Amino acid sequence: MKKGSLTHEYVKGLWEINPIFKQILGTCPTLAVTVSVMNGIAMALATTFVLVFSSLFISLVRKLIPSQVRIAAYIVIIASFVTITDLVMKAQFPALSKSLGPFIPLIVVNCIILGRAEAFASKNTPFRSVLDALGNGTGFLIALILMSGIREILGSRTFLGMQVLPNGFEPWTIMILPAGAFLTFGLLMGFSNAYMERKKRLEREDAINKYRKSSVTLKEQEA
Amino acid sequence: MKTIIHMIATLSIIGIVAGGLLAGVNGWATPLIEANKKAETEKAIFLVNPEGKSYEAVANAGFQIYKVYSDSKSLIGYSLVYEGNGFQGKIRVMLGLSEDMKKLTMYEVLEQSETPGLGTKILEDPFKKQFNGLVAEPNVEWVKGKAPSKQNEIQTITGATISSKAIVAIINNALEKARSLKEKGTL
Repeated sequence: MKKGSLTHEYVKGLWEINPIFKQILGTCPTLAVTVSVMNGIAMALATTFVLVFSSLFISLVRKLIPSQVRIAAYIVIIASFVTITDLVMKAQFPALSKSLGPFIPLIVVNCIILGRAEAFASKNTPFRSVLDALGNGTGFLIALILMSGIREILGSRTFLGMQVLPNGFEPWTIMILPAGAFLTFGLLMGFSNAYMERKKRLEREDAINKYRKSSVTLKEQEA
Repeated sequence: MKTIIHMIATLSIIGIVAGGLLAGVNGWATPLIEANKKAETEKAIFLVNPEGKSYEAVANAGFQIYKVYSDSKSLIGYSLVYEGNGFQGKIRVMLGLSEDMKKLTMYEVLEQSETPGLGTKILEDPFKKQFNGLVAEPNVEWVKGKAPSKQNEIQTITGATISSKAIVAIINNALEKARSLKEKGTL
């Protein structure tokens, strides 16, 4: 996976620049809708749809838009796709649309979409932009499933509506309240940072050890 | 000057294309959304009056109220939508009444934003069942922390007294409205 290769454009969104844990964008829907896994998946899919199509269109017209009005143009493009998503969901999946409430229309101001448009789609070819959007969308999906999985299991004993913890387990109501969202988010981010730190430290120590060994062997040869 | 024209032209073109696209999607979605809303109301009407087979909306009532008929086309009760303030936001309730307006058949919460795990117990059976066939004469009363002793009493939920009282208040207001309509002969 070289930097700049097509696979890397997709894979980087999963972890390396994960929109939630690394770029820390789009935290508002993350905190609000992750009370159940179903909500999390629906939110992530809706966002990915908007992200892919806005990235594609913004990348297609990137050379035609004067830079002074680019943000306005991006917002119009993004808002159109969000409204389409909202209408389609209301028409085809009314129950889901009801449980996500105002968070579908609010995708318009989700920073992941504007962030990717400004940071990537406005500077890259349409194909690469779509890969980048898909990668970031998948990263968002992974983060939302993690968050909502933890909150749903502990807060209402279920995963995707199926009971996974026995009735003897008293549900932690706080997990499905806003406070639970902050707790889960903070702890997850802390663990992921600690893991990355540890990985980096081990790599560094590894490199130092290798260097030491090679210098020792050099000295032995000289002697 | 050239950039200004360029800017205006780009934004106008994007706006026109987006507007056209949205108009098309909206034209396709509106009838479906309407149908969904209607199906949802219909489901709730029969949910609170389970023996009902057909219904008729009452016009000029000031709120949504439906006459529910049985198989043999005789009036068996009313389903009405009423709302009031809960703990955190509005609670909208579909209420089922017997045809003499003395008994409740059931209620169904259509919209609420109560505290999950506490206030949302108003959606669950142990609390809801108390309203099943409750005699609402002269209106519904609540008691806290003990079993109801009178036939028009219900027990509030521990930890969610405000939400429980809100449901009782909504039901009483709805009863009052519906009864005054009946006296006037609108129903």
